[in-house]
Amino acid sequence: MESDLANVRLIARLDIKGPNLIKGVHLEGLRVIGDPQEYARRYYEQCADELIYIDIVASLYGRSKLTEIVRRTAYDVFVPMTVGGGVRSVDDVRDLLRAGADKVAINTAAVRRPKLITEVARRFGSQCMVLSIEAKQQGPQQWEVYTDCGRERSGVDAIEWARRGVSLGAGEILVTSIDREGTRKGFDIDLTRAISQTVSVPVIASGGYGEPGHLRCVVDAGADAVAVADALHYDRTTLPQLRSAALASGIPVRRI
Amino acid sequence: MARVTLIDYGIGNLYSVQRALETCGAEVVLASDESGVEAAHHLVLPGVGAFSDGMRGLRERGLIEPLRRHADAGKPLLGICLGMQMLASVSEEFGEHLGIGLIPGRVTAVPSTNINGTPHKIPHIGWSALAQAPNADWHGTPLHDTAQGTAVYLVHSFQVSADRADHVLATCDYGGHAVTAAIGNGNVQGCQFHPEKSGPEGLRMLGAFLRMP
Repeated sequence: MESDLANVRLIARLDIKGPNLIKGVHLEGLRVIGDPQEYARRYYEQCADELIYIDIVASLYGRSKLTEIVRRTAYDVFVPMTVGGGVRSVDDVRDLLRAGADKVAINTAAVRRPKLITEVARRFGSQCMVLSIEAKQQGPQQWEVYTDCGRERSGVDAIEWARRGVSLGAGEILVTSIDREGTRKGFDIDLTRAISQTVSVPVIASGGYGEPGHLRCVVDAGADAVAVADALHYDRTTLPQLRSAALASGIPVRRI
Repeated sequence: MARVTLIDYGIGNLYSVQRALETCGAEVVLASDESGVEAAHHLVLPGVGAFSDGMRGLRERGLIEPLRRHADAGKPLLGICLGMQMLASVSEEFGEHLGIGLIPGRVTAVPSTNINGTPHKIPHIGWSALAQAPNADWHGTPLHDTAQGTAVYLVHSFQVSADRADHVLATCDYGGHAVTAAIGNGNVQGCQFHPEKSGPEGLRMLGAFLRMP
């Protein structure tokens, strides 16, 4: 029954480099878009269900301005924020939560030291610990986890890693398809389905949004939330338009 | 300007709650000890994470008795998320743990299947519409100015099962289950959702709390 389904979240994803909102393709080829704070505020006013900030070079170059950006955003943006990029320790998580983040997304550091997932979940609760999986397809129904912003192969199978991450304490999974990211060709449906069927926690699908029809496909594949980035940043669509399109195609979303 | 005291007991995202209250026009004071709580009129108990960690944080700072005295004195108290759960008598999260005991009830796991027995996602994360509990009166509570069906942001795996039905103010549907979203017992109020993360509607609820006498 439609009314028994939980609302699917429409999330604005903002990738950050230094002080700037940026956009890439396949997590590369970065282009500066503007001041993240300004865009975050706009998405808040357009009733985004959530914001995701990912510092896409922090794991390569160490600490970033992310904490400061989060704090500035939390000053007048009152929707949940998930923040990731270069998070290596329980102390990093604490600093981001203090700055106004509600959840942290961890990829590279968790692959290198899976116990970090458990440490974060124990200290702050599973609901704070989002496992970020950036994956590239290697063959039919097979995806490999990449770290360091899509640069390094890990040799880890994405589906198996999702299963293990949840058993270690992750309360949510952010799945980014490197193949689809920035292409506008639609989400990686098979990847989203494979992970959603494997884990009992919510799954956020990210990478590849191009047109409203892509929402229905990825929700049918089991996504509990959908992240959209450059389509919003470049005004190819707006959150109210996405919300209307979702409702028109029978996807339960928050009614404004 | 209204003055509100926010309890800082070492866990949670205080800054967002503080900014939300300030946006409602309040002056926010942080309290992490007995004298801070004793000086408060409007008091907010935030929190995320595990129940036993939250109670330990309160106990180590000697805040449990001052919180009870605050409630007994009839002064307004709002618990948010874990802060709401700690108002209950006891929690079943990772073993049994006593709460502050201001609203009789148990903290129990959100059912892991929908009403048809099909597994659904836990934690329950997202925006859900508030439904008024049977016979509940939102007048004079944080939900005073809130319309039925207003969506709020929740992220939780446990909920309060209040002993008394008249202490439940609002529920949210999750997989056909009525999940407790807000409870109230006179001056003591709690919300499972995050008003500080529920947009302008959430801010309105905090504003209504600040107007409680």
